[in-house]
Amino acid sequence: VIPTRAAVAVVATIAGLVLLLNFKTPDTPVASGPRPGIIGSPPSAAPSSSSSSPASCAAGTGPFKDGTFTGQDVPNRFGDVQVQITISCGRITDVTPLQMPNDRQRSYDISTQAAPLLHDEALQAQSAQIDLLSGATYTSDSYARSLQSALDQAR
Amino acid sequence: MEHAAPSRQLRVLHVMGTVITVDVRAPFVPAGVLDVVEAWFADVDRRFSTFRQDSEISRLDRGELELADASAAVRRVLQMAALLQRDSGGRFDVRARGCLDPSALVKGWSVDEAMARLCAGGARNAAINAGGDVLVRGEAAPGETWRIGIRHPTRPDALAAVVSGRDLGVATSGAYERDAHIVDPSTGQPPHGVDSVTVIGPELGLCDAYATAAFAGGMDGVRWASTLEGHGVIAVTVKGRMVCNDLALQLRADGESGRRADNARISADSVGIS
Repeated sequence: VIPTRAAVAVVATIAGLVLLLNFKTPDTPVASGPRPGIIGSPPSAAPSSSSSSPASCAAGTGPFKDGTFTGQDVPNRFGDVQVQITISCGRITDVTPLQMPNDRQRSYDISTQAAPLLHDEALQAQSAQIDLLSGATYTSDSYARSLQSALDQAR
Repeated sequence: MEHAAPSRQLRVLHVMGTVITVDVRAPFVPAGVLDVVEAWFADVDRRFSTFRQDSEISRLDRGELELADASAAVRRVLQMAALLQRDSGGRFDVRARGCLDPSALVKGWSVDEAMARLCAGGARNAAINAGGDVLVRGEAAPGETWRIGIRHPTRPDALAAVVSGRDLGVATSGAYERDAHIVDPSTGQPPHGVDSVTVIGPELGLCDAYATAAFAGGMDGVRWASTLEGHGVIAVTVKGRMVCNDLALQLRADGESGRRADNARISADSVGIS
């Protein structure tokens, strides 16, 4: 049932591999944080929030207050999870993990740099940007609880 | 840490117990199309949530609702689940933990349906990330395929692999999900042998279900998934060893594809397939 579309994907991907050889430059310089595996100091310990004046919202507004809201720091067995959300026009427009286990700061769905893993030398190509992340800690209860506490502040 | 904002249209939803990011690249769609997608996920949550006592799934489980009286969407998903259970030899089981819980299929399936609504609304290049399960269509930017990092199961700061493509679903199931809520239907116990399984294919619903079933079955499940036609499989074993089937190797874009000697292929004898 699947072969046709899968074949298309594979062919397209070979083109992607060729592109990779050009070593795309990230849109922005990679933040000079601690090396992977070293837990950075938390940006803030307590939940906090700040408000900003709403921009013009042509498409109407959602249920939340505009601003930036920091969720609770929720520990789990891998480490601490804390997220910050941005609300514009009453809707969540960004979710930024402030703390992830062994992970100082990473944009929710755009990684500026992929850390090396099994063979450090083999994954130099990962300095190229990735667009999305699969299989993240984002499905954890800790993540959901920190997010919920941030959203509670935005109501 | 600020990014130079790429040209994209973003909507972040907090629904179905997770965060769903809808990311449209040019050409953009009217805001009403994103509203349709948002309403779709809210509707799926209402009908399928196992955390809501009044959802159709909860009522079906308690016997308060007959399948024939359920909505078309619920009947469709449960029919798909029954087929998956048959085709997977019982590895996929919506009652693996006793109660009716099609969540492993619903999330991916609802993303497939949401993407169809986005595309019907004019989107040609878009990605939806539902709590780490990803579906992409078209391109991230003109001439650039989407690049999807697969998070390492035991090293949260590391990636297990990067895959790249135009039209791909990527679903990862692992022990870090909700404190290992997945059990092997044949034993009722958490799986062993693997820390995460990623399945890559054209439809996220199938990838989601296959990844869950494969992870639940441990290494045996990984071997099974590696034989699924048209699907890539990447697994990380409890010893930190990475195994891929041939299609996954082709999809990988992280520099590992040329280093097969360092990676056990699923077809190799390291995992017992001759």
